[in-house]
Amino acid sequence: MTTPVLEVRKLTRDYVTSGGFLRPAKVVHAVKGVNFTLQKGKTLAVVGESGCGKSTLARMITLIDPQTSGEILIDGISANAAHVTRELRQKVQIVFQNPYGSLNPRQKIGDVLAEPLLLNTSMSAAERRDKAMAMLLKVGLGPEHFNRYPHMFSGGQRQRIAIARALMLNPSFLVLDEPVSALDLSVQAQILNLLKDLQDEFGLTYVFISHDLSVVRYIADEVMVMYFGDVVEHGTRDEVFSNPQHEYTRTLFAATPNSSVESIKARLAKKAALAG
Amino acid sequence: MPLLDIKNLTVSFDTSVGLFKAVDGIDVAVDNSEVLAIVGESGSGKSVAMLAVMGLLPATATVTADKMEFEGIDLLKMSPHDKRQIIGKDIAMIFQEPVASLNPCFTVGFQLEEVLGKHLGLHGRAARERAVELLHLVGITDGAERLGAYPHQMSGGQCQRVMIAMAISCNPKLLIADEPTTALDVTIQKQILDLLVQLQLDTGMGLIMITHDMGVVAETADRVIVQYKGHKMEEADVLSLFENPKSNYTRALLSALPENAVGDRLPTVSDFVFEPAPGARA
Repeated sequence: MTTPVLEVRKLTRDYVTSGGFLRPAKVVHAVKGVNFTLQKGKTLAVVGESGCGKSTLARMITLIDPQTSGEILIDGISANAAHVTRELRQKVQIVFQNPYGSLNPRQKIGDVLAEPLLLNTSMSAAERRDKAMAMLLKVGLGPEHFNRYPHMFSGGQRQRIAIARALMLNPSFLVLDEPVSALDLSVQAQILNLLKDLQDEFGLTYVFISHDLSVVRYIADEVMVMYFGDVVEHGTRDEVFSNPQHEYTRTLFAATPNSSVESIKARLAKKAALAG
Repeated sequence: MPLLDIKNLTVSFDTSVGLFKAVDGIDVAVDNSEVLAIVGESGSGKSVAMLAVMGLLPATATVTADKMEFEGIDLLKMSPHDKRQIIGKDIAMIFQEPVASLNPCFTVGFQLEEVLGKHLGLHGRAARERAVELLHLVGITDGAERLGAYPHQMSGGQCQRVMIAMAISCNPKLLIADEPTTALDVTIQKQILDLLVQLQLDTGMGLIMITHDMGVVAETADRVIVQYKGHKMEEADVLSLFENPKSNYTRALLSALPENAVGDRLPTVSDFVFEPAPGARA
């Protein structure tokens, strides 16, 4: 069997809020012992409501925050956020939720894209520029965008830029933290298509964090449901969607708006009965 | 007579590159105890149209309409002072970002009681009791303690409940909800939508839901207006909109829903060619 791109063993993370005088410190267990492995070219979706620890998990496997305990293996190499080598940094990248907040407003797009290369490789300026330009075209933007500032772009375009920046170092896997939840429906479709195309082209592995089940159903191979720091369900997409095991997963499915004609008919009939 | 009747509403903004029409000739009518959904992408002018009704647009905006009536009263000719008697009392609005719309410097109780004092003349203990009652109504059971909380001490869902409590505090005849659940989780979204629909059923008020989420439309609306770039693309009752959409744009929106994906790719809105909206200039 090949080495998985990402392996996580008994990963935990506690947040300690410092207590005051005569008040004990409080410990929040944000992630309580998560295990999973992810093979190359697959998409793992992490689902759960806000506060369930999915973003904390994302920050740990992208080596931004250190774990409290447990092990992260990236391409078989043990990783720790306290000491990230250039080699490891090139293997993991992240796309954040809010495309308005994650780009430096005073940096031109060309520089945004070239910066990961500047920090992590020893390429010349001309090489960096060529690479950045190539990536800009790859995510569906034009050469005229190279010297513009982030405020000149729409939300969807900014998310394309954030994805391009994450791909500059040819990472082994990409963590997408709610990449489409701030976007309109039609733009969301474009970004999801782009992610699929890029995955096919580069053989990318995604960890896709979302609370939108319809998006997850579209993009994921595997689904992991988190609830208060615990993984309550983990299986292939079809397993989880056709036969949810845990109570919380079922609640989540029930809460997702249903836009089928049958459910609208049922709702209108119920309303008419109540009114009449 | 409809509760709110707007004919040919146009809102334009003075920008450095000339006049920008955010809303161009929109007609909106809502009846008592009706749920109208206005759907569109960002920039389609769906919020601006309703802000124009509320009179909450900045001074750079020019609002014109052939008719803008609430219960037969002309809102266009009204003085700002008279308008304030209606806005916030008979017409109430829930804003998109609950955490940002509440004042971080004041407690939830203060903000809730302020509305009651201004519009209903309730002060002191009477206001406090009514505030607790309102919080209870929107599903915050420990209302008496919660009155002393600041917005940052509450979750997004709870802040949205407080916003709803403020909006319904004067028993409005029309409630405008501007993307009430966009910032919230699906489970909380479900609770908030159920709450709004239940309140609407109980009080018989008119409800306008502004949203870009077709799922929310399907779960709440009676009638739907689809808007695109300031123009109305389609107006239909909810069932016929989903069953048999007339406009290409509506069809595009519906097929961009991930659950309607056919094969490996999602159709995007730009894959469709639109017919121009009636009355639109190319």
